[in-house]
Amino acid sequence: MSTADGTVSEEVAQQASDAKSRLDEHTVKTVHWHFSEETGSPFWLEKKSELNFDPLKDVKCFDDLKKFPEFEDEWLRGGPVRRWVPKGHAGKPTYVFETGGTTGVPKSRVVVEDHWTDYELFSDTLPDQYFPKGSNWLMLGPSGPRRLRLAVEHLAQHRGGICFCIDLDPRWVVKLIKKGWMDHLEEYKKHCVDQAVTVLTAGHDVKCMFATPKLLESLGEALEEKGTSIPECGITGIFSGGTEFTPQWTKFCVEELLGGPPEEGGVYMTPTYGNTLMGLACSKPVTAADGYKISYYAPQPRAVTEVVTFDDYNQVVGYGETGRVKLYTLTDEFFVPGFMERDEGERESPFATYPWDGVSGVRPFHELAGATTVGVY
Amino acid sequence: MITLSPLRWGKPYESLDFTDVVHFDTGEPIARVGNVGGGIVGRDMRQAHKARQALLEFSTDELIERCKQAAVLFESADLSVGDSQQSVDQFVHQQSASTGLPEHMCRSNMAKNSFVLSNIDQILDCLTRGLDLSFFSRGYGEEGRGVIVSYQSQTPVLGAVLPNNSPGVHTLWLPAIPLQVGLALKPGSQEPWTPYRMVSAFIEAGIPAAAFGLYPGGHDAGGAILTKTPRSMIFGSAQTVAQHEGNPRVQAHGPGFSKVLIGDDVVDDWENYLDLLVESVLSNSGRSCINCSGIWASRHTREIAAAIAEKIGPVDVLPPSDPNAQLAAFTVPAMATGTHAMVQQDLAESGVEDMTASFGEKLIERDHCAYLRPMVVHADSPDRQVASKEYMFPFVSVVKCPQDQMLRRIGSTLVGTVLTQDQQLIHAAGSSIDIDRVNIGPIPTNRLNWLQPHEGNLIDFLYRSRAYQVADMPVATNT
Repeated sequence: MSTADGTVSEEVAQQASDAKSRLDEHTVKTVHWHFSEETGSPFWLEKKSELNFDPLKDVKCFDDLKKFPEFEDEWLRGGPVRRWVPKGHAGKPTYVFETGGTTGVPKSRVVVEDHWTDYELFSDTLPDQYFPKGSNWLMLGPSGPRRLRLAVEHLAQHRGGICFCIDLDPRWVVKLIKKGWMDHLEEYKKHCVDQAVTVLTAGHDVKCMFATPKLLESLGEALEEKGTSIPECGITGIFSGGTEFTPQWTKFCVEELLGGPPEEGGVYMTPTYGNTLMGLACSKPVTAADGYKISYYAPQPRAVTEVVTFDDYNQVVGYGETGRVKLYTLTDEFFVPGFMERDEGERESPFATYPWDGVSGVRPFHELAGATTVGVY
Repeated sequence: MITLSPLRWGKPYESLDFTDVVHFDTGEPIARVGNVGGGIVGRDMRQAHKARQALLEFSTDELIERCKQAAVLFESADLSVGDSQQSVDQFVHQQSASTGLPEHMCRSNMAKNSFVLSNIDQILDCLTRGLDLSFFSRGYGEEGRGVIVSYQSQTPVLGAVLPNNSPGVHTLWLPAIPLQVGLALKPGSQEPWTPYRMVSAFIEAGIPAAAFGLYPGGHDAGGAILTKTPRSMIFGSAQTVAQHEGNPRVQAHGPGFSKVLIGDDVVDDWENYLDLLVESVLSNSGRSCINCSGIWASRHTREIAAAIAEKIGPVDVLPPSDPNAQLAAFTVPAMATGTHAMVQQDLAESGVEDMTASFGEKLIERDHCAYLRPMVVHADSPDRQVASKEYMFPFVSVVKCPQDQMLRRIGSTLVGTVLTQDQQLIHAAGSSIDIDRVNIGPIPTNRLNWLQPHEGNLIDFLYRSRAYQVADMPVATNT
C-alpha cells in the first residue's frame, strides 16, 4: 500500500528496497556491456574517451548514472546508424525505428529484440479476461518508421493471435495541421477509421486493439453512427497511449464510449506511456473512484522514469510534487543514462505491483508546450 | 473562486480537466473552468436536433418575449453563473479582470448585448424584411400576394468559437434563439463570462436549457464545433478568416480594416469631423473590427493625422476601474511586444511618419500584461504597407490618396464611412464590393445600426430560401 504523501507499508518498502538492489546490479551489468571493448557500441566506446570518469570502475549503482552528461537526443539524428549497434550483437538482424521527423532528420534507434521483450513484459500485465489469449488484434496507429506496428503485432502473436494493421502517418498529420488543411485532416482520419470499421465488422473475431486516443474516439463515433459501438463489435481489451490520455479523456471514453467500467461495459482499457527510446511504461489500474488518475510505472530495471526538478535534472522531486520526466534505458541493446523527456508530471510512490517510483498527470513540459504539437492522431 | 462547468444541452458536466482564468495584472486565479475535448462535443452534436426541438415547443413570439426578459436579467439581475450567484458588478469586475478591458467598456458591451436582445423583434423584422417568423418554424408560408415562400432550416444549432477579448461580438449569435436554433458555444478562455451569464439569463427567462451547450476547451473542442455543426461562426485573425474562406458552413469573423473616406468636396472642412474620427479610432480601446484603422483623403492628411494625434496621443494607462480609462491591457504581453515590433517595421518605410512620436513611449510592460498607447501614423501614399494594417489597439494610418483611386485601393473594409455629398462617390462606394457596411455621411465606424445585417445576414446563414409548391390532392372517389 502507498499513500499520497509517499509513505508506504513495510512490505512495499522492503519490495522497493529489493527492486533498488536489482536495479543497481542491472545498471552495473549494463554499463559494463556498453563500455567494454568486446561488447560495447562504437558510439559509447568513443564517448567513453570524453568522460571525466571511467564508467567501468566508477559506476557502482544506479545513482552513479548521474555522473554521465545529459543524453542529447541530437546524437540520435543522422548516421552512421550502425555506430549504435553493440559489438555484442554484431551480425544479428537489426531494426531501426524513428521518432519525430516531420521536418529534418528524425531521431533513430536501433533494435534487435528489445521491442519484442518490452511487449512480452507488457503482455504479462494484461488481464486475460479482457485480452483473451488466442484472440485477434487490431492495430490502429502509426506504423512506417515507428516501432509500434511491429511491437503490437508481436504482442498479438505472443498471445496467440493475429494482428490486423491500419496505418496512419503522423508526419503527414502534423504537416496538415501546420498548413491549416483541417478538411484534409478530417478526411485522412476518416480514411483510417473507415478501414478500422471495415475490419471490425468483417467477422474476424477481433477482441483486442491498440489505438491512439484520437483514433479510438473517432472509431467509437463512426461505429455509433452505424448503429453499433466498440463493445458491440466484440472489443473487450484496448491499450492506448500519449499525453492526450488524460483523466478527463479517460472518463469520457469509459463512461460514454465503452459503456462504463469493465465490469459493466465489458471493455478494459489501459493507458501506456513511452517512446521509441525507452520502451513501454504500464499504468496502475485506472478507476472512477480514483478520479481516473493515470500513474505510469516503467519496466524496471530495463527502463526507469524519474520526476526531477525543473532547475536541476539530477534532483528528484518529493512524492506528489511536480517535475520534468527523465527517462533511462538500460538494456543490452541500448543505453540511455538519463534523457529529458518533453513531458512533466507528478512523482508517484511505489506500490506492490510496481515497487518503484512512477509518474502521474503526464502532460507536455510547460516550457515547451507551445512548440509541441500533441494529440494529432 | 467561481467554477464554470461545461453545459451539455442544459446539463452541467463534471469535468476532470480545469483551467484557471487569471487576473490580467496580478496573475491571480479568478475562475476555474472545466474543459471538454472534441469527443464530447461530437457526441453531443449528434443530439443537436433535440435542442431545436426544445425551442420549437415555443412560438417565435413567446421566444422573443423571453429574450426580452433575458435582456433585463442579463443587464440587471443576480444570476446563477457556474457554482455561484453573480451580480452585475461582479460580472463587470470579473470580465475586466480577465480581459484587461476597462470596466466602463465592459458595462458598455453589456449594454450593447442587452440592447440587441431587448430589440430582437425589430431586428428580426428588419433582417427578414418583415416576414412572419412562423414561416421559419413551419418551413414555409404564404407571403400575402398568393406566393408561397419557404425558408428551410440548415442546422438545428448554431456553433460558435468565441473570442478571448472582445465581449461585444456576442450580439451576433444572440438572434439564433428566437429563430428556434440552439446554441453550441465554445467560450473564449479569458472571456467565458458573457456566454455563461447570457445562457443563465436565457434559462432564467424560461428558454429551455436543452437548447444550450457550453463547451470550454482547447483547439480540439473548437475544431469539433466547426466540423460537427452544419453552421458555425468563428472569431479570429486574418489567418483564421482565410482558412475558412469559401466554406459555406463557417462564418469567419476577423479583422475589419474599417475606414473613413473623406471626399474632395468636404476635405477642406476636415476639422468638422475630428470628433467622429477620434471616436472611430479610440472607442473600445481600438480592439473592435469596427474601429477605424484607416482614414483616406486626397489632401490635408498630415494635418488630419496631427490633429487626431493631439487628441489621442496623450491617452495613458489608467486603472481598469477608472471611468476615464481608455486603454485595454494585452493580457498576453508577447502580443503587445510583437505588435509593437510590427509597427516599428511599418514606420521604417520611407513616406511613413509617426505623428504621435512626441507623446512618449508606446509600449508599457507590466509583470503579467502590457499596454500599447495610441498611435497615429501618416502615409504619403496607399503604396505604403501601413495603409493596409490593423492592430488590436488604438492605431490608425491617415493615408494620402487621390479620390479617384480610393475605392480601388482600400481593400477589404468591414465598415466604410464615406464623408461626401458627391453623388458619384456615393454611388461608387455603394457599389464597391470591398465595403461590407457602408455609412454615407458623418457616422462613426463603431456605431452600428442593429437593424442592418452585419457581415452577412444571419437569416441567410441559418435558413435557405427554396421552392415549396403546393397543390390540392384530388378528392378520393367513394365507391
